Amino acid sequence: MPATRLTPFIPSHNPSMATALSLTHLGSLMRGVRSVDEVGADERAASLAKRSIKKSSKLWALDLAIRCMDLTTLEGADTPGKVAAMCAKAIRPKPGDSTIPSVAAVCVYPLRIADCVEHLRGSDVRIASVATAFPSGQSFTPIKLAETEQAVRAGAHEIDMVIDRGAFLAGDYQRVYDEIVAVKEACGAAHLKVILETGELGTYDAVRRASILAMAAGADFIKTSTGKVQPAATLPVALVMMESIRDFVRETGRPVGFKAAGGIRTAKQAIAYLVLTYETLGPDWMTPERLRLGASTLLNDVLMQIDKERTGAYQSPDYFTID
Amino acid sequence: MDVRKTYKLFVNGEFVRSESGRAYRPDGKVNVPRGSRKDLRDAVRAARTAFPGWAGRTAMNRGQILYRAAEMLDGRAAQFVELLGGGARARRELDQSVETLVWYAGWTDKLSQVTGTVNPVAGPYFNFTIPEPTGVVAVVAPEETPLSGFVRRLAPALCGGNVVVALAAESHPLAALTLAEVVATSDVPAGVINIISGQRKELLPWLANHMDINAIDTAGCTPEEIKGIEEAAAGNVKRVIKVTQDEQSPYLVAAFMEMKTVWHPIGV
Repeated sequence: MPATRLTPFIPSHNPSMATALSLTHLGSLMRGVRSVDEVGADERAASLAKRSIKKSSKLWALDLAIRCMDLTTLEGADTPGKVAAMCAKAIRPKPGDSTIPSVAAVCVYPLRIADCVEHLRGSDVRIASVATAFPSGQSFTPIKLAETEQAVRAGAHEIDMVIDRGAFLAGDYQRVYDEIVAVKEACGAAHLKVILETGELGTYDAVRRASILAMAAGADFIKTSTGKVQPAATLPVALVMMESIRDFVRETGRPVGFKAAGGIRTAKQAIAYLVLTYETLGPDWMTPERLRLGASTLLNDVLMQIDKERTGAYQSPDYFTID
Repeated sequence: MDVRKTYKLFVNGEFVRSESGRAYRPDGKVNVPRGSRKDLRDAVRAARTAFPGWAGRTAMNRGQILYRAAEMLDGRAAQFVELLGGGARARRELDQSVETLVWYAGWTDKLSQVTGTVNPVAGPYFNFTIPEPTGVVAVVAPEETPLSGFVRRLAPALCGGNVVVALAAESHPLAALTLAEVVATSDVPAGVINIISGQRKELLPWLANHMDINAIDTAGCTPEEIKGIEEAAAGNVKRVIKVTQDEQSPYLVAAFMEMKTVWHPIGV
């Protein structure tokens, strides 16, 4: 992908481009996306996942995993009380231990933003809200935009939107692109994470196309999954997305963040994503500004692993607060 | 054709090699996996996952499964007798093991009648105490009688609804590792019994300070080892159970149980 072809697509380079873009231009962008070596991606991800991180490096990685975590609850049964408890845990993951950092953000449904605003007041923990007819994205664009605007007004610092997979899989890239551009505009100052829902995209080639499309349309982060579809985040898919980010940054100079979400339940998995990030995007991405791990049940396992390293004894979930 | 058997650990219902890849030769002939702390960790995780299912089964069903294990063990009598060195002594040890399983199989649904109580209290309450399983029990098998000694420690823990991570006798692990094959064909759910072979000196500290183990049976330990275990077990206030290995009693089952007392108001 030569820089000349991609540069005009970047909103920061061309703010009025959304309407000016024609289907042929976007088509040529999408055709220019190189295909992915599937076997190669699987093997590279598998070999990096085997890397052994021990002792002080492990403690550092676990600390980073917490600082990069989006503590998530996305259930129909979420109540203000449950969100309040999660917010308390987000600020101080382990009561009585100030050496454990706060997580990066909490991730909730739009209706629960107000609870987060109330309970996170005075802390550095950000509020992320899903929006745009999460998790399917199958709704009318004006409704998605209105939802985004209201979420930002309610106090969300970050918006996790889903792409319209129906349109993407049907080849209607223009529609997907325009929608992301419009949502980005509706976000205003809020950060936009674009969920590709890779489990529904089918191939690594499609994942790479969707990644480039989302970044070109102005995504601040690209995110693997909603967590509502199996398979959710996998290491090879993460690798494909990170390589897309790397290539995009190389060409445009605009850094884009990566968020893995769905199915990350153990500290070991989290460390594998950190290794993958380090090896693909480098040390500049080892920060919550550019890397997030979305998870609802990961935090306790990370805390248990930290205690295991500190005390030398295997830990029990009995002694940690409920997720 | 002489097919030589590879002995393996029994974790989560599967026969696995040690993650460490190590082996040792207790009798100088057969390679036996030398389990590591990570094998123990995996076993405890499997046991913890299996615990609610096993504890939640009806007492009668647990009894049926223990009885089935006795049947399977008896069906392999010849193999075990040979493994134990043959002769009348080996035969006696096998018979004892089968009897122990049958004996505890019968106790599963009688335990709460014997160890539970209805307590007279000076108030308008119906007050009763019932035994509940404590959780994950670590069993250190005795060296002298590698089969019957092991079964005698295993059966009472299982009888009450606990799940077990067992350390096979270090010098004679083959009986315990072969018993895993009996367990695997007895409808015992995966993870309820996990059997690790290896060196006691290496593994005991990890068992003793593991926060997710609720009780440890020290039948196979020396007094010095028990002292170390008791100190490390204080971390999560594990039950440290010290009995002579030949004992057989419903009160041994009770040793692995938590007694729950319920105060139920009358007349409201």
